[in-house]
This record gives sequence, structure tokens and C-alpha cells, in this order.
Amino acid sequence: MIMSQIQTKRPATAPNPPVFELIEVEQEFSVPKPGRGLFNRDTVGLKALDGVRLSIAQGASLALVGESGSGKSTLLRVLLGLDAPSGGRALYRGRPIREARARGTGFARDVAMVYQDARGSLDPRMTVGQLIAEPLRHFNIVKKGEEAARVAQLIDRVGLPTDAASRYPSGLSGGQVRRVAIARALASEPSVLVADEAVSGLDVSTQAQLLTLLRSLQRDMGLTLVFITHDLGVASYLCEEIAIMYLGRIVETGPTDAVLDAPAHPYSAALRAAAPRFFEPIPEPLPGEIPSPLDLPKGCRFSSRCPAAQEDCRLRDPQLGQQGAGRAVACLHPLTSTGAQASENR
Amino acid sequence: MSIQTPEAPTTLPPAEPPKKAKTGRRSIFLRRPFFTIALIVAAAYVLAAIFAPFVAPYDPVMQDINAMMQAPSVAHPLGTDSYGQDILSRVIYGARYALIIGIFSVLIGAAGGLVIGLAAGLSGGWLEWALMRLIDSILALPSLILAVAFIAILGQGVDKVVVAVGLSMIGPFARTVRADVMQVRVQLFVEAATLMSIPYLKVIWRHVLPNVIFPLAVQVTIRISEAILVSSSLSFLGIGVTPPTPDWGLMIAEGRAFVSFAAWMSAMPGFALALLLIALSIVGDGIREEFDPKLRRGA
Repeated sequence: MIMSQIQTKRPATAPNPPVFELIEVEQEFSVPKPGRGLFNRDTVGLKALDGVRLSIAQGASLALVGESGSGKSTLLRVLLGLDAPSGGRALYRGRPIREARARGTGFARDVAMVYQDARGSLDPRMTVGQLIAEPLRHFNIVKKGEEAARVAQLIDRVGLPTDAASRYPSGLSGGQVRRVAIARALASEPSVLVADEAVSGLDVSTQAQLLTLLRSLQRDMGLTLVFITHDLGVASYLCEEIAIMYLGRIVETGPTDAVLDAPAHPYSAALRAAAPRFFEPIPEPLPGEIPSPLDLPKGCRFSSRCPAAQEDCRLRDPQLGQQGAGRAVACLHPLTSTGAQASENR
Repeated sequence: MSIQTPEAPTTLPPAEPPKKAKTGRRSIFLRRPFFTIALIVAAAYVLAAIFAPFVAPYDPVMQDINAMMQAPSVAHPLGTDSYGQDILSRVIYGARYALIIGIFSVLIGAAGGLVIGLAAGLSGGWLEWALMRLIDSILALPSLILAVAFIAILGQGVDKVVVAVGLSMIGPFARTVRADVMQVRVQLFVEAATLMSIPYLKVIWRHVLPNVIFPLAVQVTIRISEAILVSSSLSFLGIGVTPPTPDWGLMIAEGRAFVSFAAWMSAMPGFALALLLIALSIVGDGIREEFDPKLRRGA
């Protein structure tokens, strides 16, 4: 009886369950009500994530793109199981992420993280060798005798000089520190690598080296890559898929090239147009600031800044829906490819 | 112009770069002459304390009625006191008590401060509130007053002084440890360790504690001088160590009545105390500046 129940349940998720699946994930923080008095304890809910739908398949590489304040970091914390979402379901291989994390070291070993502030994520009192050896030891990956060899191998793999093992992070450059963070993430032999702005704030040549490294790592080890960035160029180089976030919701997903070539959502088009290009003046940016998530516009959340907003945009809130092959967009009046072209040429 | 240009390159560049490269690697002793001098003075005190029986010319408690209150002379370089005891010998033996009390009481204070500070910094909530109010109440009293209170409870003697001074120093240590813990526990590398699902206690042991211990060790070197001062003050007040013991504070107190015509009786131990305190604080400052994690360069 129980067996049959399990078996009837299994097929729903068993045929290649996505590594991560987010179903209508919401994350609401209660914050002090703006303008409340000194003794007033009123709070209001701030929806940092509002109905996020996302599915990341094994071996995929996804770029998560959005402005500051669009909820990228909140989404990251949900993906890593650091915070439980306040609504919806966040699944890791068909099981709630928090549950998977609580079950032991399996999740922590399988999902590795590279922080934006790589230097801050490394204990300043440990040498590079000790830092890389820590996950090796914690997850019991190699025997004690082989530890040094494995550390040397990892240091070599990420392109650090051999003598780096005995140095402290404070003596390394920004690019080298990122390499240490990547080596540390790879030490646990993960199948998923989550990188938060892993190449931002570096000079362009270092960025290029790191991107090449990440790409070759992804290909060689078959990593699933979740890459948070605000650089569309980085996204298109490194990732096959892209998800564009705006105010706590994913507004467009799809293959990176297709989305960037012909954005269907006006916000994607605006982001695309705002990327600086050689020998061209910087185009007119989007009007206004990103609205406060406490005070969302009625209807579509982008309607207050959208250049193509129409009457019903201010009344109805669009959901993420299918739009062509493998693409999805949350817009009532998605731009057709010709429309996208037109909006870009303006 | 034509004269200046050939002159400058020949003299300046060869002299400049090697010198610069050298200053970068010069040892701490050459870069900080005051630190070096202070270290030598402090080391001399430590050696004198350890080898007191060999260094001191007389027995520190040997009374000689024929040599009462003698001014400094060849036989008694620092003079004698009202019982005819040799002050130099008493000062040398006094260094023993000063250093023993200083070091051990600071260790007690640091250990207690570490425990309370860690607990307060990591717990949060009502426990943190209770611990911090306890520390605040300890800090509200100067350490001397607090040490007097503990002496009143414990009684007199060298060991009691160590405990009393140690307990009175827990407050300041606990506060600095708590501040460091609060700063370290929100660091990204602690979150990264949690993300690796390393157990909480292990994270504290491996990542929080080492980052807290080091600033604490620096604090210890700085506060030894404070502990010595408090213990000497206790002796001066006549409630620390008991009279025949050659303690500096006690000697200053004994010489007080004769200060108008035998000033050396109080001045010599006072000078010894002042010199040690100055030396210790220069050493402590030097160590802090040299090894502070925020100032430290990559090794």
C-alpha cells in the first residue's frame, strides 16, 4: 500500500526533476510603517519577492539580472535555504529547500556559493590552503594524506600560483581572492554553483579571465550555474538562460540570446538599450526611480515607468506566461520582435 | 639646468630605492626604538624577578639596626628603610610580587571576560541583557574600589590580591570581547561557514574565537600594568599583601611618614613602579600597533 503510494507519487517528480523549482514564491518582511510615531508599533509587509516562478534544470546556466532592489539577493537566500519563503514553494530536486538543508550536509555539499564580497567570505586568520581544506575536511572528501595534494590541485585549477596556499587573503589581489572563493566552492565537488556578482568590481581583463575560468569549469564539471549579475554582457557570455527581475518578480525568462536580441518585456528592452555601447551616446534611461515595494503601482508593477503602457496596464497585474519557444514574459502587451526592434532604434 | 640634470640622476636614484626596500623589511626593534628600550626594561624586570636571590645584594627581610634609614651609598645603592632593610633588594624582590600579581590577575580577568563576553555577544535576548547589566554594574565602580570590596570578602595575602584584582578586571575585558564578537559574528565568513552546514559550536570555535582571541591577547599585555597599579594601590592602602612582604605599594606606604628627611624610602619603590608601568604600556602599545588585524599586512 505504502509502496504503491510512493510509486504513484514518484513519477510526478522523478523524470529529471529540476534542480531548483520556485512556485509562486513570496517573501514578505515586516518593516516599520513609514512615518509612524515614536511609540507606534505599526508594521507593514514589504514584499521583496512577489510570485516568483522559476525552474532551473540540471546542467543549465541561468543569469539572474535586475536592478538593485529587485529582489535578487532575497531570491538567492531562498535558493540557498538561508531564509524560508513566506509564501509559495521553493523546491530542490522535488523537496522543499529548507527541509533538504536540515537533512544533513548533502545539500550544503551539492550547492556551493561564491559571494559577491569574496574577501569578506574568507576568514582573515586562515591561509588560503586552510580555507580550501576546510570544506574538504568538513565533507570528508579526501583522506587526510591526500588533502594537501587536492588543495594544490584546486589552487592550480583556478589559476592561482602554487605558493598561494601559504598566503593569507589580505595579501592577495581582488581577482585572486575571487579565485580562492571559487576554489573553495569547488572543493566540496558541488553540482550547483551559485555566484553572486562574482566578477563585478574587477578590472575588465581580470573579469575576462574569471569568466573564462567559470565557463570552462561549468563545461568540464557539468555544473549547474546560477549567476547573479547586472551586466548583460556577462550574462550573455556565461549563461544560456536569463531571468530578468523587476520589483520582486521575474518579468521575462528564456534563452539569453533570444531574450537579448528581441526582448518581449519593455523592461528587458530598456535594460538592453541602457547597456553602454562603443561609439554611441548613452541612450535615454528609463524615466523615474524604481518604485518602493511598499507602494506598488496598481496593475502592472512596471506601468509607472513603461514607455508602452496602455490603459489596461494600470488595472490588471500580468502573470508570467508562455511567449514563444522556451520563453515566458509577464506583460499584457509584449513587444513583438519588430516592436522590440522599433523601440531599440528610437 | 644643464648642470643640475647630470647631477641629480647620479646621486639620487641609486641611493633611494635600496634604502626604501630596506625600511620595509627592517625588524620591529629598529623601527620602534622606544618599543625596544621598553622591552629591554621590562625584560630586565622579569629577569630580576626570576633571579632575585642571585641579583639582590641582601636578604629583603633582613633587618639591620646599625643601618637604619641610610641614604643611598655604595653599600646600599638605594638606601635602607626604617628597619635597616636594603631597599634595592626589596625593590628587586618586589618585582616578583608585582609581576606575579599582574600576570595572573590579568589572566583571571581575561578568562572571565572571554566567557562572559562570548556568552553575551552570541546569545542575544534576555541573557545578553542580564549579562551586560552585570558588566555595566562592574564597570560602574573603578577597579580599585571593586578590588577593595573583594579583598574585604576574601581577606589579605598575595593569592587573595590576585583573585580580587582579577575579578575586578573582568568587566572591561568582557565588554571588549562582546564588542569583538558582535562584530565578527555578522561577518560574511561566518555565514559562509553556516552555509556549509558546519555546526554552530564548531563555527564559533573555528571562526569566531580566533578572531576574538587575538585582540584579547593584545588587551592582556596592555592591562598588566593596570593590574600592577591596582595591586600596589591595595598594598599602599594597607589591605593588600601583609607587611614583611617586599611589595612596592607597601614600601611606599611605609616610607610616607619619613618622606621629609628620608625621601628615598618611598621614592625608590615608586620610581621602580613607574618605570615598569611605563615600559609595559609602551610594549603593549607596540604589540597592538604591530599585530592589530586591521593594520596587519598579508604575511
